[in-house]
Amino acid sequence: MSKLRTLSDKVWDRHVVRSAEDEPDLLYVDMHLVHEVTSPQAFDGLRMAGRTVRRPDLTIATMDHNVPTTTIDVADPISAKQMEVLAANCREFGIELFAVGDPDQGIVHIIGPELGLSQPGTTIVCGDSHTSTHGAFGALAFGIGTSEVEHVLATQTLPQPRPRTMAVNVENVLSDGVTAKDLVLAIIGLIGTGGGMGHVIEYRGEGIRALSMEGRMTVCNMSIEAGAKAGMVAPDDATFAYLEGRRYAPKGPRWAAAVEEWKSLATDPGAAFDKEVSLDASAVTPYVSWGTNPAQVVPIGDVVPDPESFDQPSAREAAERALAYMGLTAGTPLREVGVDTVFIGSCTNARIEDLRAAAAVLEGRRVDPSVRALVVPGSGRVKAQAEKEGLDQVFSAAGFEWRNPGCSMCLAMNPDKLAPGERAASTSNRNFEGRQGRGGRTHLVSPAVAAATAVAGHFAAPGDLS
Amino acid sequence: MEAVRIVTGTAVPLDRSDVDTDQIIPSDWLKQVERTGFGKGLFSEWRDDRDFVMNQPEHAGATILIAGPNFGTGSSREHAVWALMDYGFRAVVSPRFGDIFRNNCTKTGLLPVQVDERTGRALLDAVAADPGLEITIDVERRTLSAPAAGIEAVFPLDPFTQHRLLEGLDDIGLTMQHSDAIEVHEKERAAWLPKVETPAR
Repeated sequence: MSKLRTLSDKVWDRHVVRSAEDEPDLLYVDMHLVHEVTSPQAFDGLRMAGRTVRRPDLTIATMDHNVPTTTIDVADPISAKQMEVLAANCREFGIELFAVGDPDQGIVHIIGPELGLSQPGTTIVCGDSHTSTHGAFGALAFGIGTSEVEHVLATQTLPQPRPRTMAVNVENVLSDGVTAKDLVLAIIGLIGTGGGMGHVIEYRGEGIRALSMEGRMTVCNMSIEAGAKAGMVAPDDATFAYLEGRRYAPKGPRWAAAVEEWKSLATDPGAAFDKEVSLDASAVTPYVSWGTNPAQVVPIGDVVPDPESFDQPSAREAAERALAYMGLTAGTPLREVGVDTVFIGSCTNARIEDLRAAAAVLEGRRVDPSVRALVVPGSGRVKAQAEKEGLDQVFSAAGFEWRNPGCSMCLAMNPDKLAPGERAASTSNRNFEGRQGRGGRTHLVSPAVAAATAVAGHFAAPGDLS
Repeated sequence: MEAVRIVTGTAVPLDRSDVDTDQIIPSDWLKQVERTGFGKGLFSEWRDDRDFVMNQPEHAGATILIAGPNFGTGSSREHAVWALMDYGFRAVVSPRFGDIFRNNCTKTGLLPVQVDERTGRALLDAVAADPGLEITIDVERRTLSAPAAGIEAVFPLDPFTQHRLLEGLDDIGLTMQHSDAIEVHEKERAAWLPKVETPAR
């Protein structure tokens, strides 16, 4: 009998170009996604060495990190230059580019799935840590640095040591009003920011099967926040239904052949993982982060924790520093913490389902007058779909600003920033110091909690609203 | 990449855990399209504080950064490595590194030296007590030593990466020696795998 293998082993094995003792495997890359921030130095490297792009037909580019969301004119000359450099590089090397204004432009991890490029069993890389998002389709997708971007452009391969495997078993299903974002925050809180280091996580169990593709993308997206190389979910009928008919999905007889292949990817029953953890989805409630790393989270009904309650000295020290930065006092109920800004957006939570969930909370309600609220759709397609459904009207009527697609306030490379000391409820993925603007204070939440918080003016779950 | 065999020098003790790459180089700095000049942005938000450890004169000229666990987590930005090197660091010591950061280090020639938590703690304390403490990192022997503090540790480094660092080898050039194998793989790829339209050049 052949060796029992996990999903990630199967994807890995079929992409090994060359393997030799004492060397990392040389892995083939099926799809390379490129954006303006981490690519200019890689293209420069190619030019300096007289190299070319080996497979432009397996490469796409978009502009997302720098793009303004109120206009398509870029006011910042340095941002404008970075975007122009990407356009020039794509012209020179023959790469398809979704530039600002293109109906398919958007956050790289939102447009890949929309275009049907994120397919089961493939390897996908991008110079961006949230590439793990595409693992929701059963792809092995991971973020790389700029030197590796250059390597993939030149060779369509990457030397990679085989990662270890980790199973996160999600038993039972989420309760009503609890979302994929709450689940992944609970998982990161459980295993910590270093819990997945060196591992590919496979999310398994009833709680994952019950999630939509959008929800699975939210979970896989934040795998990197637990330190993991990638996050994956085995493909199933929900995966196939999402992909069928999309622009770059297989068509005709190739579709049937692909689905047949995709069905063989699931982890063999009895295959062993290097590490396993389990979590009961039915016990998860809406989560809010209180600190400056994504493992510093609590259920919304809890209080800001006391640093003394942590056993590890490094965790205690990190908690003390986080409370000082966040301007919080241990023991304060999260529901009593007021916010200045609410941001709905990012590659974690700016898909159509996220916008629907937030709009459902906002229907017939108004944002608290003390709160600035903005919603930034993840892509041109998400924006168009939301407008077709009238969601933009719901957001605008409630007092949210309805913006153009991009990464926006998730990392504040464009004009959307927090001011020093400002506090935000954000559907993004990182609550690091200064992430959303120098001195800004970020709390990570789901779109539903973000919407309810905007209405209440302080952290709130939808059920708290009268 | 330049070959790196031995790094000897003094260190800065950055006694914090979970130092993410947003702290190492804030996103404002990522708009540059060049590979140089990022040293000015290194820890720029923390360096505004006069008391920040890197601002202490006794740590001027240090070439080794010693940090708490989970150093270099978060964003994949290689600019973090470029900033550390541009500032003058040649090695970073931590009990645990973010995977992408660690990879970026070895592609650029910055040594990621992983030690156990006890050694990490001992180094932080020893350098705080004696900022002039000399530390030597030997890539060939895979050792870190600070004899004056009685510290000696072995760190993990796979043979391939060690070889590349010692010889200063270009990864892409090495891979291109296997272009036959890449072509064979390409011929065998399934027909249904996605290909995108490429614009005329």
